[in-house]
This record gives sequence, C-alpha cells and structure tokens, in this order.
Amino acid sequence: MALPTRKFDAVVVGAGGAGLRAALQLSEAGLKVGVLSKVFPTRSHTVAAQGGIGASLGNMGDDSWLWHMYDTVKGSDYLGDQDAIEFMCRMAPEVVYELEHFGMPFDRNNDGTVYQRPFGGHSQNFGERPVQRSCCAADRTGHAMLHTLYQRNVRANTVFFVEWMALDLVRDASGQVLGVTAMEMETGEVWMFHARATLFATGGAGRIFAASTNAFINTGDGLGMAARAGIPLEDMEFWQFHPTGVAGAGVLITEGVRGEGGYLLNKDGERFMERYAPTMKDLASRDVVSRAMATEIKEGRGCGKDADYILLKLDHLGVDVIEKRLPGIREIAKKFANVDPVRDPIPVVPTCHYQMGGIPTNYHGEVVVPAGDDPAVVVPGFYAAGECACASVHGANRLGTNSLTDLLVFGKASGNRVIEFLRENPGHKDLPADAAERTLARLARLDGQTGGESVHEVGAAMRRTMQAHCGVFRFPDMLTEGVEQIRAVSERVKRTEIKDKSRTFNTARVEALELENLIEVARATMVSAEARQESRGAHDRADHHQRDDVNWLKHTLWYRDDDRLDYKPVKMKPLTAETFEPKVRSY
Amino acid sequence: MSDVDRVRWRCRRGLLELDLILTRFMESRYGALAPRERDIFLGLLELADNELWDLIAGRMDLPEADRQAMVDQLRAV
Ligand SMILES: Cc1cc2nc3c(=O)[nH]c(=O)nc-3n(C[C@H](O)[C@H](O)[C@H](O)COP(=O)(O)OP(=O)(O)OC[C@H]3O[C@@H](n4cnc5c(N)ncnc54)[C@H](O)[C@@H]3O)c2cc1C
Repeated sequence: MALPTRKFDAVVVGAGGAGLRAALQLSEAGLKVGVLSKVFPTRSHTVAAQGGIGASLGNMGDDSWLWHMYDTVKGSDYLGDQDAIEFMCRMAPEVVYELEHFGMPFDRNNDGTVYQRPFGGHSQNFGERPVQRSCCAADRTGHAMLHTLYQRNVRANTVFFVEWMALDLVRDASGQVLGVTAMEMETGEVWMFHARATLFATGGAGRIFAASTNAFINTGDGLGMAARAGIPLEDMEFWQFHPTGVAGAGVLITEGVRGEGGYLLNKDGERFMERYAPTMKDLASRDVVSRAMATEIKEGRGCGKDADYILLKLDHLGVDVIEKRLPGIREIAKKFANVDPVRDPIPVVPTCHYQMGGIPTNYHGEVVVPAGDDPAVVVPGFYAAGECACASVHGANRLGTNSLTDLLVFGKASGNRVIEFLRENPGHKDLPADAAERTLARLARLDGQTGGESVHEVGAAMRRTMQAHCGVFRFPDMLTEGVEQIRAVSERVKRTEIKDKSRTFNTARVEALELENLIEVARATMVSAEARQESRGAHDRADHHQRDDVNWLKHTLWYRDDDRLDYKPVKMKPLTAETFEPKVRSY
Repeated sequence: MSDVDRVRWRCRRGLLELDLILTRFMESRYGALAPRERDIFLGLLELADNELWDLIAGRMDLPEADRQAMVDQLRAV
C-alpha cells in the first residue's frame, strides 16, 4: 500500500534544542525543511535544563577551548572521541554568541558580557583550579534556548508538524535513507515523509529505568527506528545517574541541598557517606555518592518496608535556609514524596538522568556504521544530533552543561553537512516499493492483536528489570540474569494489545509504539553492559573495579539482530591538539 | 474540543514534575469537571512548562478568578 506522501529537502525528527538548531541552519539556507515533533516544540525535554551551556568564553577569568577539551576528555573517562571533543569545545563560544545574537536572554555581568556560573568538573589549566564556564539564563536556560530557537525558525519558514510521531526510517536497497513514516496523532493517519536528507534529534530514552528524571516523552524513538533499520547503537551501557531523585517519582532534588548541609542516612540512621568518602562526605562527586547509596541498598541498609531507598535529611537546616536558599525543594518534597522536609527527611534513590550512547555519528553529525575494514562508513542521507546521537563527545560520562553545548554545536554542524550533501545530490531518489511495509506491519499487528499483553504491565516489567539489573552499580550475576529477563520482556512487547482502536489522539496506541522503541534501547543497554568487563565512567561493575585500557578502550556497537555486539576504536587523535593520554581519573 | 484523549496527550510535557501532576489530575479530577472547566484546563495547558509549574508550585497566581480556581485544583492533587 502506498501512503500519502509529503516531500521535503530535509526532514528533522525532533524539535528540542538539537532539532531546532539544525532546522534553523537548513531553513536559513533556503531549503524546504519539515520538523516533526510529538509535542509542541517548546515543550521538548530541553526545557528542563537549568544548569547552563558550557563554553570557554573566559568572561569570569582565563579560559580556553583546550582546557574545556581536557575537562571533557577526562570527564568521559577517555572514551570520548578526541576529534569530536576538540571540534565541540572550539565551536562552543561561536554557537553561544550566535544564540545571544538570536535574542537569548543570558544573565549578564556588570560590563554587559554573558555571566558564567561555576559547575563541577570545569577547570583552568588542565585541572589546576575551578573556572566559571556555564552560560545560563537564570535557572531557565533550556526554556530560554527553546523559545529563542523556535521564534527564529518560525521567521525562517521552517514547517512544523506538531503532534506527529515518526514511526520508521525508510532506507533503499543501497542503504541510503530516504525519509520516515509518521503518524498524525489528531487523525491517526500515517504519512510518508520523503526527504533528500533525514536528521534525527529525538532526545534520550531515560524512561527505560524505573527511576528516571526524564519526562514521559523520552522514549528513545530515534534509537528504536535506527535499530529496526539495521543501524547499530553505540555505547549504550553508559547512563549518567543523579544521586538524588525522589524515590518512586524521579523528580530531581538539586545538589544544592547537600551543598547547604543536607546529608544522607541509611535505615540505621547512619550518615554512611562518612565511610565512603571521609573528606568530601555527602559532597563527593555524583558517581561516588550514587554508588555508595546503591551499595547501602544492595546490602540491606535501605529504608522503608522494601529497604529500597535512602533518606536525605535537611530539617536541621531550619525553615529559613530551606525556603531562602533552596526554593522549590519544599514543594517538590511535599508533592512527590509526601513529606515536608522542614520536619522529615526526603526518600531518594540514584536516578537515571542522561544517555551517553546513541546513534553513532562523526563530528559532522553524519551517521556512521562499520563496513568491511572501515569502522565508520557514512550512511548516505542520515544524520543525528543531540542526546539521541553518539558523536562521541561524552564517552563514558558527560561533563555537566556539555549536553546543551552538544545540541548547539552538532545541531549546527549536522545542518551544514546536510546542506553540502544536498548540493552534491540534487533531486529525490525514488522510494522503494516496500518503503512503508515495516510500519504498516507493526500497526496491523498491534490493531489485530487479541489475547495479548497490557502495554502498562510490560512497560513496568521492563523498567523494573533495568533498574534492578542494570542500575548504578552492576553485579555480574545480576547482569547475566538481566539479559535473559530483558529478552523475555522483549518477547512480550511483540504481543502487546490495545483495547482502544480509535484513530483520534489514541494515546494507548502511541504508548504501545513508544514501548517498541524503549525495549530496543533497554536490550542494547543490558547486553552492552553485561559484555563490558571493566568499570569506566558511569559503567560500574562490582567484579571489575578498574578501568581496563588494554582490553576496553573501545566503543561498543549493539545490533538489534541477535543482540550482536561489535566494537570500534576510540578516536584518540584530536584535530589539531595533542592527544590526551588516559590517566587515572581523580578529582 | 475537550476531547479527553487530546487533553491527555497535551499533558505530556518537557518537565517530569508536570507529567506527574497532570497525570494525577486526569485520573482523579478531570472526569468530574464541567465543560467550561475543561476548557479552562485545556487553556492552562497552552502555558509554557515553567510558567505552569510556577503556578502549580504556588510561586505565582493568575489574575482571573476562574482560571485561578483551576490552578487551586491542580495544587491540591
Ligand atoms: C532535569 C534535567 C536538567 C538538565 N540540565 C542540563 C543542563 O543544565 N545543561 C546541560 O547541558 N544539560 C542538561 N540536561 C540534559 C539536557 O537537557 C538534554 O540532554 C537535552 O536537552 C536533550 O536535547 P535534545 O534536543 O537532544 O532532545 P529533547 O529536548 O529531548 O527533544 C527531543 C525532541 O524529539 C521529539 N521526538 C521524539 N521522538 C519523536 C518521534 N517519534 N516523532 C516525532 N518527534 C519525536 C520530541 O517531541 C522533542 O521535540 C538536563 C536534563 C534533565 C533531565
């Protein structure tokens, strides 16, 4: 069956920071650009970002892109590709100034320059002393960025398809990408978006875990679509966890609470961080605190009837400090934990926050896959940027504020690459006869399923399995079992059933389709984590405590077919700088 | 225009805080709203995420009594 078709020079899937930045580049070059988004663009998850955008403007003291690069390479635990990291750090000031020029309401210094805030891991002179590098707009940086970029796109005539869900990638026999299929939620109609170039900016998939700071829309659709089309996913074992998400809800409790003197307790009322980090205690780095919490819970010292959370105590700070210096915390605790922190501690758990892996790209945003002896051959017509992509600038662990930098730099760079590609490849290639087949088969299966499984229950099983078997601290036996269990859940996803078959805004259908994407990400994560026998960055194994550069200084590639794994070398050679050789990572 | 499924989808937001509160609201209260209240609720969903959260968290109020009454309902879930 042929679908109704729309034609564009470029189709961008996703209207968060990365998608909007890429679309702007394309529209301003005079191309016909269609942007699809599940939600209104300014409601994309980028809106949640508060901390800021990392760029070495040097407004608060000496700074340089090379120091930013050093911090990023070190933060990545040496798994980041140093060519891409150099590219990002060099470009960062330029894209921030551009954003300022577009009208972004940055905070200012008295002399009118952009104010920059301090942030963990940002240093001067290769780790010597802290530097203020984060460019922010109050605690609304992501919000301001989305609004600025959206307005600018409207001016540039970008065409938006809001409340449209892309379903599958369309490739021809040569492997070239020719667009996507997509469903309009309002009508339930499925369309073909025939494009000369297709760019994914679909964000992260943090909803694979039971405890997640991510909004519900973060279901890894781009990763699912890529995986079904035979593209591998890179470094999916690496997820950043934030130590203090509200237990059972995920909502993030800022590090500021511990900064002001709040601390963590186990079920015996013990301030256990004193054992794990005698000097820094509760102020140790995110991964150290998260790991300590996971160990306490694993060893039976968690709180509550299931012994599955830790308490964050702050009542001793007093009402005044809590209200004045930690605005919003009391509301969050009351609403999501049902406690008033002025009297009672907040139940918290290490909570999934950011996906370091994704669709493999080079630093131009071109999607690359191994072919023959070459580990990185460009897939013609296919691009990815932002949290869904793996360039890889974050390696095994993302440096704070580098995600927004990534969105701007690689949004723009991938846009530029698309422009070049379109110049060399005029006209639309014909769609293959079976272009819509995979999508139609999936929809027909879902609509025809009887006696099947509930989307809600299967989704919950997936999230529980990921949380228990592949969380912050990973145990070999749990991982081995986890692989079996997640494969079993994956089989159940093939039999999900929806009772409501209506077409208009059928959220049940959307959620079933989202689960088909989430499960690909979950399997990729579990299988990649089970195989990597070392600890590096956010991947922490109880049986292999050390980083192992001899055997594991390489990127994982997971393929959907048979959960096959492959590996490719890390790019250790920067564009112009000297290689930062792996060193022991200590702060 | 207050068709429940559309409203439910518009409750999907960029901030997890809103996803959670709005889902609770849909489950516990939306069904009992009068048509006019449903329109007001849908109108509030047009607000930017941070504004809506400021309202729900009590950091801001709205000047119109009927819209503020809906905000009060949201604060109570
Ligand atoms: C609470 C919180 C605070 C953070 N703070 C910071 C910070 O201070 N600094 C920093 O650098 N990073 C921060 N991060 C991380 C950063 O916000 C995200 O990594 C980044 O915003 C992701 O942007 P994106 O453009 O890749 O995707 P998103 O903003 O998630 O956008 C994804 C887009 O894709 C669309 N989409 C998805 N699937 C489909 C589909 N199937 N069809 C159509 N459209 C689709 C969505 O509708 C959306 O428009 C924070 C994250 C969280 C959770």
